Amino acid sequence: MFHFFYFLGRYCLKAVDNLGRISMLFLETIYWTVTPPFKKKNMLDQMVKIGIKSLPVVLITGAFTGMVLVVQTYYQFHQLSVESGIGAVVGFSMTRELGPVLTALILAGRVGAAITAEIGTMKVTEQVDALQAMAVSPVKYLVVPRFIACTALLPILTVFSDFTGIFGGYLVGVKMMGIHGTFFLDNLKFLDPSDIVNGLVKASFFGMIIAIVSCYRGFIAQGGAEGVGRATTISVVASCMLILVSDFFLSVLLF
Amino acid sequence: MIDIRQVTKFFDKKKVLAKLDLKINKGETFVIIGRSGCGKSVLLKHIIGILKPDSGEIMIDGRNITTMSERDLNTLRLRFGMLFQGAALFDSLTVGENVAFGLIEHQSLGKEQIYTLVKEKLALVGLESIEDLMPSELSGGMKKRVGLARAIAMNPELILYDEPTTGVDPIMADAINNLILDLHSKLSVTSIAVTHDMRSAYRIADRIGMLYQGKIIEIGTPDEIKNTKNPVVRQFITGSAHGPIAGHT
Repeated sequence: MFHFFYFLGRYCLKAVDNLGRISMLFLETIYWTVTPPFKKKNMLDQMVKIGIKSLPVVLITGAFTGMVLVVQTYYQFHQLSVESGIGAVVGFSMTRELGPVLTALILAGRVGAAITAEIGTMKVTEQVDALQAMAVSPVKYLVVPRFIACTALLPILTVFSDFTGIFGGYLVGVKMMGIHGTFFLDNLKFLDPSDIVNGLVKASFFGMIIAIVSCYRGFIAQGGAEGVGRATTISVVASCMLILVSDFFLSVLLF
Repeated sequence: MIDIRQVTKFFDKKKVLAKLDLKINKGETFVIIGRSGCGKSVLLKHIIGILKPDSGEIMIDGRNITTMSERDLNTLRLRFGMLFQGAALFDSLTVGENVAFGLIEHQSLGKEQIYTLVKEKLALVGLESIEDLMPSELSGGMKKRVGLARAIAMNPELILYDEPTTGVDPIMADAINNLILDLHSKLSVTSIAVTHDMRSAYRIADRIGMLYQGKIIEIGTPDEIKNTKNPVVRQFITGSAHGPIAGHT
């Protein structure tokens, strides 16, 4: 019984400690984001890595999500003879929820892992110390470009995901399930601009989570290659958990 | 120039530095020797402010760096250069970009000027025409020399060397020793090196200090250290497995 409380206590203390340090990193990142000089080249490099190179996987994720949504909802809707409403279902689901969340989860795995591995490797090979020794803030040089890229690009990638999701849903609904194309598209009119915008606000928030959590895990990596590997795994899991938890609170707040 | 007073540092429950005192004079080459894992690199990182002690002070030119803001520390660090144990070159940058890093970040020089300075610093360490190579394409000795070129790019007053000859062959080790001596006389810098390579220590040092159980237990010139009667220092410099130093740390 004592051991249980001991480990519970230790776990809680570690969680609070990590939360505190991540919050400090977030505040320091915001400070350096608005403090000159601004290094455009670093930021553009990260935008290419995070944004453009993630596009193919985001398009595929979006498309298949929309397609499977139609497949799963068609038969229930058909039984009630309201299959023409599937357009609205796909539209609402993609823009409000599935587009932002699934895009963020995919990016947590693809980009978050890469960020943690890169910064973690730099940490264990003293490259982060070398930055400090040369009077360069590791947060400004490493975190800020990634933070800006993730925060700015996740909404843009989500737009692509939403579009391909709705398009994929349209193709399956109309060509496979026989829904009338005009009915599918007409139902998209029920979408409010706020549905799309709030979905993009969520995406931006998820981008911040991915950047801060993965950079933090990189900075505290230790123990060589094994340590970097462990940090990468924890980073992806933690980012995904935080995305799902914050999704609930953001949905309550925004919708 | 540097006055370390009663510095103590713990990592978890392990005491690495224990009320350590050390004074280093301007213009000298001071070598810190000690066993692997005894805290030599930790001490070096305290001097450049990457680590902060749990207690004690580190005075550099009369200013206490342990209570300085990061902004003031960064201003001080512009006067220092450090060669890390594995060179710590930035993997994603070329050799030229590594050497130019400090110049690009802190000075508003034109591309041509930076290019000229990079070539000059690489030539000082005996390297030519490798500016476009990536660190992964370099040998261990070349990495150390590029690391050194990067450390001296901003014309520092103080150069810190963390195990400069570890991991290189004896010929390259001697070449690095010659480089350190050469730079010391050409650039008139203060140098602090940590090493367990006694041959290197004797060659480059004005004074040598031994770090043992968190303290500097003896300081002397190379000749004084060679003739020391301190049994701990004697065991270390002769490389004997028998003596007061335990078999493992």
